[in-house]
Amino acid sequence: MASLAATLPSTRRSWRNPSALPGFGLSLGFTLFYLTAIVLVPLIALVIRPWEIGWSGFYEVLTDARVLHALKLSFGGAAVAALINSVFGLLVAWVLVRYRFPGKRIVDAVVDLPFALPTAVAGIALSALYAPRGWLGAPLMEMGIRVAYTPFGVILALTFIGLPFVVRTLQPVMLELGKDSEEAAATLGASRFQTLRRVVLPALTPALLTGTAMAFARAVGEYGSVIFIAGNLPGISEIAPLLIIIKLNENNYAAATAIGVIMLAASFVLLLGLNMLQAWSARR
Amino acid sequence: MKRPLAPTKDHWLVRWTLTLIALGFIGLFLVLPLAVVFHDALGDGLDAALAAIREPEALAAVRLTILAAAIAVPLNAVFGVAASWAIAKFDFRGKGFLVTLIDLPFSVSPVVSGLVYVLVFGLQGWLGPWLAEHDIKVIFALPGIVLATIFVTFPFVARELIPLMTDQGRDEEEAAVSLGANGWATFRRVTLPNIKWGLLYGVLLCNARAMGEFGAVSVVSGHIRGLTETMPLHIEALYNDYQYSAAFAVASVLALLALVTLILKSLLEWRFADEISAAHHH
Repeated sequence: MASLAATLPSTRRSWRNPSALPGFGLSLGFTLFYLTAIVLVPLIALVIRPWEIGWSGFYEVLTDARVLHALKLSFGGAAVAALINSVFGLLVAWVLVRYRFPGKRIVDAVVDLPFALPTAVAGIALSALYAPRGWLGAPLMEMGIRVAYTPFGVILALTFIGLPFVVRTLQPVMLELGKDSEEAAATLGASRFQTLRRVVLPALTPALLTGTAMAFARAVGEYGSVIFIAGNLPGISEIAPLLIIIKLNENNYAAATAIGVIMLAASFVLLLGLNMLQAWSARR
Repeated sequence: MKRPLAPTKDHWLVRWTLTLIALGFIGLFLVLPLAVVFHDALGDGLDAALAAIREPEALAAVRLTILAAAIAVPLNAVFGVAASWAIAKFDFRGKGFLVTLIDLPFSVSPVVSGLVYVLVFGLQGWLGPWLAEHDIKVIFALPGIVLATIFVTFPFVARELIPLMTDQGRDEEEAAVSLGANGWATFRRVTLPNIKWGLLYGVLLCNARAMGEFGAVSVVSGHIRGLTETMPLHIEALYNDYQYSAAFAVASVLALLALVTLILKSLLEWRFADEISAAHHH
């Protein structure tokens, strides 16, 4: 942008390039006002709040065993769910892009279900499905696997909401990839497996990482789909967002905001990482 | 003689196995939970399910959900159009940073999205004492619910329109302006017809999320039955009261909304693939 501005026959360097179109001031002004009022000011209110209790108070809240466990479960569970989604998301995207089968369009549309289905509905449905007497919970219990009211239940719910992120990020890249490089690899004598591992997978890696990171970011803060199946036992299956609500209800604002700030910081870091990932994949 | 395998095709056994695993995963993880909602809604029979939806508290929840979405979605749509006009049609410094800020609410936990408004408008918040003095209720009332809904659905329309309008460039608008059209006429007669399907797509997704939002609204609602309970909160209350069939009956209404959203979304993607955002061409 700056270099373009420098080439223009303008006597002074401006922070924007001149344009023949009207409405710049109005549209940007409204955008900045709305963004500031709705997003930035409230977020600042959160960021400065915990410092009322000082560093030591902040540290004390976050090293409390219950808080620490909730944070570990939210981040750890989200990481495991994102990993599961990276494997199955890659598989589902491959099948949807490369193979033909009846009902493919419907299956493709169904992938977006976790985006469209309200989290509370997903939450009670998963809970009913995996409860000890549920359709899937009962056979699993007989096999000795308990899902509901355990960390497994948390991971399951986080997997549910994360799948579309991986599939939807991979699909356009796979479509664009075409078959030329695969044909070239095969012509040069590579086996199908070698082609996939050395040619296709590296080309998909940036998108796969982006999708997985998006699934992780969404899962870390997830609340509605988790709380019903988790059972919310402190120190076992209690997630960080729920603990924020519990602390708020106890009027313990210091603790609620301290956990909130940690989660917000994680969102910032993830967003930054995602931007870098996307810049990287755009270069490739 | 056996025909050699096409070099870019997977062996039929691989194809079949992968397809079956993918379908099995989607069936088990996505379709089965949806089926449970409708099955359990009818647990006490159709009449009981319909009665649960016609309860005064359930109807109040439906009204509140529609009202909150009816305020939040148009506001975010106007914002989305304004933001993408500024970002797609003009060059200015800090554009990338602005886009990142607009995307920010997507990666913030819904509970944190509700929490921030409690810290501004709640009794112990910045404006709390002043609001209490003037008898204005924001938290545990409609304004708080609307604000939380706006926050979580903030980027939906903007995120659809920014890439679309960037792709379309500004030639058509510049032609209109040079022929003497004013800004508003240019937008209404040139830009709007170009982006209408993308706008509708964004509004559709924004509305689905607005009506289904749970975590953020849960923090600011106060859970007053018949007054500040949206449909998702009402479902939670019924479920925690062990009224499972009633909870699933109300949930099935939201599940139907999700299905309609998915169908409309797919139709838009198939019919107007070139006229909605470049990210959805499949």
